[in-house]
Amino acid sequence: MKDYWKHNLKYLIILLIVWFAVSFGAGILFVNQLNEIKIGGFKLGFWFAQQGAIYVFVILIFVYIRLMNKLDKKYGFNEDDNL
Amino acid sequence: MSIQIWTWILVGITFSLYIGIAIWSRAGSTKEFYVAGGGVSPLANGLATAADWMSAASFISMAGIISFEGYDGSVYLMGWTGGYVLLALLLAPYLRKFGKFTVPDFIGDRYYSNTARSVAVFCALLVSFTYVAGQMQGVGIVFSRFLEVDITTGVIIGMVIVLFYAVLGGMKGITYTQVAQYCVLIFAFMVPAIFISIQMTGHSIPQLGFGSADDNGIFLLDKLDGLHKDLGFSAYTSGSKSTLDVFCITAALMVGTAGLPHVIVRFFTVKKVADARKSAGWALLFIAILYTTAPAIAVFARTNLIETVSNKKYADMPEWFKKWETTGLITFTDKNQDQVIQYVANKELNELEVNRDIMVLANPEIAGLPNWVIALVAAGGLAAALSTAAGLLLVISSSVAHDLIKRMINPKISEKGELIAARASAVVAVCIAGYFGINPPGFVAAVVALAFGLAAASFFPAIVLGIFYKKMNKQGAISGMIFGILLMLFYMTKFKFGWWFGGTKEDWWFGISPEGFGSIAMMANFIVSIIVSKFTPDPPKEVQEIVENIRIPSGAGAAQNH
Repeated sequence: MKDYWKHNLKYLIILLIVWFAVSFGAGILFVNQLNEIKIGGFKLGFWFAQQGAIYVFVILIFVYIRLMNKLDKKYGFNEDDNL
Repeated sequence: MSIQIWTWILVGITFSLYIGIAIWSRAGSTKEFYVAGGGVSPLANGLATAADWMSAASFISMAGIISFEGYDGSVYLMGWTGGYVLLALLLAPYLRKFGKFTVPDFIGDRYYSNTARSVAVFCALLVSFTYVAGQMQGVGIVFSRFLEVDITTGVIIGMVIVLFYAVLGGMKGITYTQVAQYCVLIFAFMVPAIFISIQMTGHSIPQLGFGSADDNGIFLLDKLDGLHKDLGFSAYTSGSKSTLDVFCITAALMVGTAGLPHVIVRFFTVKKVADARKSAGWALLFIAILYTTAPAIAVFARTNLIETVSNKKYADMPEWFKKWETTGLITFTDKNQDQVIQYVANKELNELEVNRDIMVLANPEIAGLPNWVIALVAAGGLAAALSTAAGLLLVISSSVAHDLIKRMINPKISEKGELIAARASAVVAVCIAGYFGINPPGFVAAVVALAFGLAAASFFPAIVLGIFYKKMNKQGAISGMIFGILLMLFYMTKFKFGWWFGGTKEDWWFGISPEGFGSIAMMANFIVSIIVSKFTPDPPKEVQEIVENIRIPSGAGAAQNH
């Protein structure tokens, strides 16, 4: 139980660091620096703020789902779908 | 066929669909009424959450706001999606495991105190009422614009529809109508966006279209930046708010999203903890479709608008210009009497005022799309407003019937009695919401954005600490919630309503706007909670065991009726 929780917290911290980095980091704090880089018609900082951050958010949740399902299985906390 | 006939047809079809679903899925027990029986599949719940979440503001106003604010509008895009990451990682699975019906239920039980429960009920009602009034107003606006009935009739039609399926169906009815409403609203949002994207850039995917070049090889965003510069506006892709303010507003919107009771309660409707996680993922995916399209629409609409009106003769304006002029949403005052429209940043010289809400509503007309597409937008706007209104009404009615009456005033009430109370309070809530929709007090628009600040300042810290900090006790949580919400209310009333000697932009603390202040009030809540809990006794053993228990996903069982 303690191990399960520790593992869970580790995942949370890693995922939340990414969450912070793409939105508050790339989209807000470092937006001017990133805007120097252009990909197609998008300035990179602007793209993160209006597109990229959202895509990463979606990916983050699905990664979390995967990680947790695996973790649940490892510790026997998973429940059958037909329950 | 005319736009109006198309609109009546599409609105008629979608409304009968919603009513049909309501009759098919009416609720028979309190459990069905509050949490749809707890057996909703993650995919359906994701769809319902997305519709629940995306309100009239997301559908009608957001692209318009971004269109006028450019980069500054990013706060809404990141804020209203990033909150789902917090929700999925920090709240949803644990609240589902806890297995109660409402947010005040969790607060009351976790902090073993009816005082905590009452504070939570008060916050839930405050947040939900401010929010729902905005939705009814949205319904009124769509009706009056597209069907040319007056706003009052529009709101009343909306009230009757919501009343019908929320009161009859409870959460079960709401869930399945929301699934249908998501499909209607996303279709209505995407079709014009794709049409316009193809028209302007040749790309059928708007998300890529607004980063590409026009026929002359000039990137659309560069062109728009150039247009803005010529007219004296700040560049579209850089914006004018301070970095700190953008940071705080984004944080307040994210945390507020995660703390909104009508969103949280949706995660009580699935079967097990793993499903709660999954539905958060689906919900954000479905939301992201609209939220990544909105900034593209914003760019298309902005470019179209400037190119159509700027330095053009007033007499040559297209039909849609005249039509929206009669509604007062576009106003032209020919200050220098030259019959030409000067649309510039300088307020002294500017001759054109454009209401930001019409950017989505008028966009299909501006782009010259077929009538059925224009009508579709009306049906989509209604779906967005109605689905959110219904979700909020459910929170209000369950807060009153369950948290207030069943848990605090009359615990002996029968299931049937509770169900009657829930339905009665939904009826009362619809009437109050309708009243505010018809007679919008000036503060509604200001307050809806601030509902997030209130949710951030009150619920989020109490719930997160309740899950992740076993030693958090009732004294800490209650004082934190009260301090957070009072601080937020103080700042909001001071700078929005001019109470407490008022103040202007220059007086903002650290230059943080009232919209962004929710993140400061939230931090204050966290700090007060932790300090107070250090000086007061630990929570009882049983409560600490409950916390241990909600951290393990298995054995969630069905939502419990106490």
